[in-house]
Amino acid sequence: MAALESPQPAATTTAMRHAFGNVLSVLILVLIGVLAFSIRLFSVIKYESVIHEFDPYFNYRVTQFLSKNGIYEFWNWFDDRTWYPLGRVIGGTVYPGLTLTAGTIWWVLNSLNIPLSVETVCVFTAPVFSAFASWATYLLTKEVKGSGAGLAAAVLLAMVPSYISRSVAGSYDNEAVAIFALIFTFYLYIKTLNTGSLFYATLNALAYFYMVCSWGGYTFIINLIPMHVLLCIVTGRYSPRLYIAYAPLVVLGTLLAALVPVVGFNAVLTSEHFASFLVFIIIHVVALVYYIKGILTPKMFKVAVTLVVSIGMVVCFIVVAILVALVASSPTGGWSGRSLSLLDPTYASKYIPIIASVSEHQPPTWPSYFMDINVLAFLVPAGIIACFSPLSDSSSFVVLYIVMSVYFSGVMVRLMLVLAPAACIMSGIALSQAFDVFTGSIKYQLGGSSNSTDNAEDTNNAPKDDASAGKTDKGEEIVKERSSKKGKKKEREPADKPSVKSKAKKKALVLPLETSIVALLLLIMLGAFYVIHCVWAAAEAYSAPSIVLTSQSRDGLHVFDDFRESYAWLSHNTDVDDKVASWWDYGYQTTAMANRTVIVDNNTWNNTHIATVGTAMSSPEKAAWEIFNSLDVKYVLVVFGGLIGYPSDDINKFLWMVRIGGGVFPHIKEADYLRDGQYRIDSEATPTMLNCLMYKLSYYRFVETDGKGYDRVRRTEIGKKHFKLTHFEEVFTSHHWMVRIYKLKPARNRIRGRAKKLKSKTTSSGWSSKSEKKNPWV
Amino acid sequence: MAARIGIFAVVVAVFLSIPAFSSAQDLQIVNAERRIDLSSHIVKDFLTLKVENIGISPAAEMLLAFSPTQIKNLAMVQALAITGKKKKKTYLPLDVKPAEQPDAPNDTGYYRVTFVSPLGPGETVSLEVLYILTNSLEPFPVEITQSESQLVYYHDSAVILSPYHVKQQTTFVKTPSTRVESFTSIEPANRAGKEIKYGPYENRASYSYAPVIIHFENNSPFAVVEELVREIEISHWGSLQITEHYRLTHGGARHKGVFSRVDYQSKRSVSGASSFNALLAVLPPRVNSVYYRDDIGNISTSHLRTGFRKSELEFEPRYPLFGGWRATFIIGYRVPLEDYLFEASDGRRYLNFTFGCPLVETIVNKLTIKVVLPEGSKDPYAILPFTVNQDLQVKYSYLDIVGRTVVVLQKDNVVPTHNVPFQVYYTFKPIYMLAEPFMLVSAFFFVFVASLAYVHIDLNIARK
Repeated sequence: MAALESPQPAATTTAMRHAFGNVLSVLILVLIGVLAFSIRLFSVIKYESVIHEFDPYFNYRVTQFLSKNGIYEFWNWFDDRTWYPLGRVIGGTVYPGLTLTAGTIWWVLNSLNIPLSVETVCVFTAPVFSAFASWATYLLTKEVKGSGAGLAAAVLLAMVPSYISRSVAGSYDNEAVAIFALIFTFYLYIKTLNTGSLFYATLNALAYFYMVCSWGGYTFIINLIPMHVLLCIVTGRYSPRLYIAYAPLVVLGTLLAALVPVVGFNAVLTSEHFASFLVFIIIHVVALVYYIKGILTPKMFKVAVTLVVSIGMVVCFIVVAILVALVASSPTGGWSGRSLSLLDPTYASKYIPIIASVSEHQPPTWPSYFMDINVLAFLVPAGIIACFSPLSDSSSFVVLYIVMSVYFSGVMVRLMLVLAPAACIMSGIALSQAFDVFTGSIKYQLGGSSNSTDNAEDTNNAPKDDASAGKTDKGEEIVKERSSKKGKKKEREPADKPSVKSKAKKKALVLPLETSIVALLLLIMLGAFYVIHCVWAAAEAYSAPSIVLTSQSRDGLHVFDDFRESYAWLSHNTDVDDKVASWWDYGYQTTAMANRTVIVDNNTWNNTHIATVGTAMSSPEKAAWEIFNSLDVKYVLVVFGGLIGYPSDDINKFLWMVRIGGGVFPHIKEADYLRDGQYRIDSEATPTMLNCLMYKLSYYRFVETDGKGYDRVRRTEIGKKHFKLTHFEEVFTSHHWMVRIYKLKPARNRIRGRAKKLKSKTTSSGWSSKSEKKNPWV
Repeated sequence: MAARIGIFAVVVAVFLSIPAFSSAQDLQIVNAERRIDLSSHIVKDFLTLKVENIGISPAAEMLLAFSPTQIKNLAMVQALAITGKKKKKTYLPLDVKPAEQPDAPNDTGYYRVTFVSPLGPGETVSLEVLYILTNSLEPFPVEITQSESQLVYYHDSAVILSPYHVKQQTTFVKTPSTRVESFTSIEPANRAGKEIKYGPYENRASYSYAPVIIHFENNSPFAVVEELVREIEISHWGSLQITEHYRLTHGGARHKGVFSRVDYQSKRSVSGASSFNALLAVLPPRVNSVYYRDDIGNISTSHLRTGFRKSELEFEPRYPLFGGWRATFIIGYRVPLEDYLFEASDGRRYLNFTFGCPLVETIVNKLTIKVVLPEGSKDPYAILPFTVNQDLQVKYSYLDIVGRTVVVLQKDNVVPTHNVPFQVYYTFKPIYMLAEPFMLVSAFFFVFVASLAYVHIDLNIARK
């Protein structure tokens, strides 16, 4: 748009170049958006337009509810189809950002008479927002190191595999919009820091509010920004701009965050937020000091300092004491389990097996760094160095951001996602600076800096050159020109400084021509390698929707659609109020696809309830029947991969059921299920293992398929081959046996004669006994 | 006023029908042969009648009588008049309409067949009547396990229910297999292989009835579509989009207890004999963009064979259907517009499409066809060879403003013989096709104009 106004009759060549650069960067940004969107469509093309995995199904179900019943019903939604018999207040326990976003998109489209289904909107929300995220990255990096670095960072983010893994079409999860919100909040923070505009500070608070709505990871923002502020203060970089960037964010942001039901008073009560308040106090003290320093003479100031320091110490002491008292009053020190496991990586595995049992909460391995951020891992150090020359407020922020996110990604593989934007920004800066240096030397060597090179590698560089050149020119002309909004932005000083410096530096950093050309070629090769890797990752590694599996065999593609087969069966052939018990992994899918009430689901808020199901699965048949019967369960669903070799089935997850169950009900002991510390299901397995419900339900009549009962996942013959079920009956098994559904048999009628004989027994272990000790529901 | 005219019309109709009825008594059926085909779950009755006028005045029509249970399940009645001798037989379709009779005994239902030319006194005419019954096989036992095969009852009369005197008649019942548990014997009756023969019976008075029950094995797929909604969307840009929402059920004996996959996969012959897994849909030729899915996504088990005269879609539901199990799915496809949309001589356009359900050998309990006409079309009306409920609706689709007119045709008890062409006439001006592109173009235009204006307008209060 700036391009439209710029060409004037008296335009100089620099103005033309400026305009051309702007048009070019807009065009490149549009292309980056298209790239970010389309690279995520592999899942739709290779599979189908369908919601992926587990959590997205829940989000999809919530969105359906929202679009059907409206926003007020949504806030008050008590979901009785999950966590039976407890239920769950969805409106108050869910981060509503994603749902509201998709619901709004759907509503707008439908009011324009574009009849897209809720599902379609949900599937494509993530790719659309990843385009937004790459634009936000451009803005953020532009604020730090100019638009050349911005474009490079945006194109890197558009296809970084780590982000693709969470935002392919169909991956309808909080992270899809949260990463955009995260980057955009950071951008507005930096923007405020650079301009000192209260307008941007307000926008920043709103962006933070959107982030709070979207993802629990907002605590990363509310800890990172205070840390940066503290860093600025400590390194003597306090300025009124810093105050404007920080103080409104804390006040407005906290007020807004408290509006989100799931956060509520946590925004002021939990330890995750204390850092921001502490820094809030500090910045005020510092501001006061600077103010007093301004109005007093140096002599008076010294007196004042001694006075303030002595009073300040007392105040600080009181505040710290209050904080300590508050923190100490809660058993976990005011930290949630997930946050604690971030600070102490061994915490979860010691105390909360339910967090440790989730694969995405494990620490990542080195190959996963290479898989997820690829060559960026090598470019990041260069970017950090580039950020230090010169170090500005904004570049110190991105350095802090990358350092913190590297730590967090080292603790939890899921937080690799937070690292990815930081790595992209750093690599973008590194690439841009490298191109700057190399193409600058080439230009210098060839003589005449006005010689415009139309190389492909120059495109990244050109806008940055133009922009920085344009800025200085505009800064001078601005008095004469009409003061448009664009003009005002250009006035800010930190952007001027690096550009002036870089001009001076350019002359110093002249490399030989051959070296520059070779280095450029190497950089381009590196970029090409990155692109190839990203496309491969998007196409092969991260596009599988996980509810439908495919395998390539000699006679073509084979599709395993067993999950939906059995969910469809449940939804059409059981009563609408029947309760289905399964391990919690399948809870969201069962409620969303089969529309049946489940006992536990992926929102693991009640450990005892999950432990009950775990206990039932680890108990012998009769005890399990009693537990399930007391929970009104009618069907039990188990996932079994032994026939076709699907590794993430319930038998492989079974030890977690034992551990979680045993954590609450001590009669379940992990050692009983292990033979010499080894988990096995063959004839060497322990009797407890061979008689537990999970084993029986998984392997019931399995031996009849091949005569031996060979389990293709565990690569062994099963231990107990022929057995009968007394309290359960098989009602459905999917085509490849991946899902098996059993029905609880009704309690057997009492026989008159036997009833008398058993009377003494029935009080403790009878059929309808509720006082059994093993049954945790009594 | 309209009501009074209506009453008047009824009175007149009653008066008019009395002479017709009185003359009906003057007919008699000389020879009747009935063949009942029970091999699938759609019961087909072929009736060959030789009718003689024994009265003195010419008779223009005759009545076919059905018992109350039959009239409820009657999907279709067709009649043909046979003219010519054996070698040069020609069939003339006759007009068949439901008829009300004021003094019908025991709620008997009637259909009136109008002859080509009135039957003079003493003349005879040969008729072929086909009527189709749905939901007439009653499973017994009502619940079966996976390994049992399905047994059903069929209730009918050994003699033809007719308001006329029948001189001679025979009934043949064809069962799908030789396994017949029992059948009511009304002498002379005998069974040979897959056929049970009742009769010949001589000189049965009008309205004679001899109930029989046949209990036999029928493992053919009882595929019943409880509800089918077909939406045919006409786009004058060149295609016809058809979307069909099915709610399928297995209408046979209900499945009881265990479903064992290992039995189902290894012993197909004895296990789940009455269940079905594969269905066949006959789609139009030149069909494209076919999809087969349900609420939770694509279903991957289908094959499409496109051909010159028809395309065949062979597909499986997500799971095999046992008695009482249900499944829902959606089939959608697109066909070229020029095959189905024509311009009438008066400038009106008409859609010529097939009624009924594309699935082979399937009963549809409730069929709704929605023909979505393009936005801006007027005066729609449908022409069908049988009576259906018609209604008009409005549907808003992509960027519609006034909405599209939808002609809704609704019929119960639809069988494959209902797959005959029907027409929907409407008027449409081609200029309406450009409305939506024009809207989009102008929307973009305004966006650009607005941004131009925004860039050039200075909203600052004070000049700097």
